[in-house]
Amino acid sequence: MSDASLNTVTSQTGEADFGDYFALLKPRVMTLVVFTALVGLLAAPVGVHPVVGFAAILFIAVGGGASGALNMWWDADIDRVMKRTRSRPIPAGRISADEAFAFGIALAGFAVVMLALATNLVAAALLAFTIFFYVVIYSMWLKRWTPQNIVIGGAAGAFPPMIGWAAATGSVSLESVLMFALIFMWTPPHFWALALFMRSDYENAGVPMLTVTHGRRVTRVHIVVYTILLAALAVGTGFTAVGGPLYLAVALVLNTLFLIGALRIWRRDEDAAEADGYAVEKRFFRLSLYYLFLHFGAIALEAALVPYGLGGW
Amino acid sequence: MNFRVEHDLHKRRFRRNLGLGLVLASFVVLLFGLTMVKVTTDDFTMQPTSEARD
Repeated sequence: MSDASLNTVTSQTGEADFGDYFALLKPRVMTLVVFTALVGLLAAPVGVHPVVGFAAILFIAVGGGASGALNMWWDADIDRVMKRTRSRPIPAGRISADEAFAFGIALAGFAVVMLALATNLVAAALLAFTIFFYVVIYSMWLKRWTPQNIVIGGAAGAFPPMIGWAAATGSVSLESVLMFALIFMWTPPHFWALALFMRSDYENAGVPMLTVTHGRRVTRVHIVVYTILLAALAVGTGFTAVGGPLYLAVALVLNTLFLIGALRIWRRDEDAAEADGYAVEKRFFRLSLYYLFLHFGAIALEAALVPYGLGGW
Repeated sequence: MNFRVEHDLHKRRFRRNLGLGLVLASFVVLLFGLTMVKVTTDDFTMQPTSEARD
């Protein structure tokens, strides 16, 4: 038996590496989940023991990872078509779809139960709803059905700070809803900018992204409209209990830059974009990553400064 | 002839088992830590035993 044939058999019999199972959890998405959930936990007015806080963040991350595995199980057919996702464990044949499903379901149940035991039922219920929303509402229903998939589906990625807040306080409040809204409103311009320069991938997979169904002009208009709404929300959050002078300064600078980027995208046509390899769209996409990180970083810093009489209003 | 040739399959299986072992060991440590925190907080109270209730 040659090495090549043995490797083929290996892939089909599920002799996957530990790293393949970890890749099923979408570790890059998980970093955002961990970071925003941690900020939600730190910004909460009630302190938690560090061990409980660590456990809460870990179980939220595992829950997020479980929904990533279930998303990969459901989307294996389109992952095989898209360049960006072709090397994921299921399309690459290293893990079978059934195995990924069992792995995702088991981890999801584990994460929800453990979060309930470590913190409280409100946080666990929110985590369970987030997994349900991402897998059933977004992956199974909206993603292949409507060009508004990103808008509504973005809610799944927006829940972690709310869960972190609930893990500490046992409740939902205006501040946690605002943190949710910040990610919710940020998601569409972030993904539509990506869709502008990754068009062929989504078209080949038959995913009804706005760029595919309504055209690129409409997508550019949508990016501007959502960015204006996002800027108002992000700056407004600065005047609430999770905000403060530092957050407000960060929000003013970032939202000005974000608005300028969105207006540049809006003013361009396809010829100009193709001429420079979608440089403006790619820059806007990169800025969107810093945008979210710095907003939540500022919220965390405001909370960290409160004991010294400096953070908040 | 060497009968103990280690194929890539065995290396991957070993890494998977090692990874799972470390995850489980970490989970045991975390559960122990969580239990210690829960039983040493001020609001922790033991459920009365049936003998004590009588």
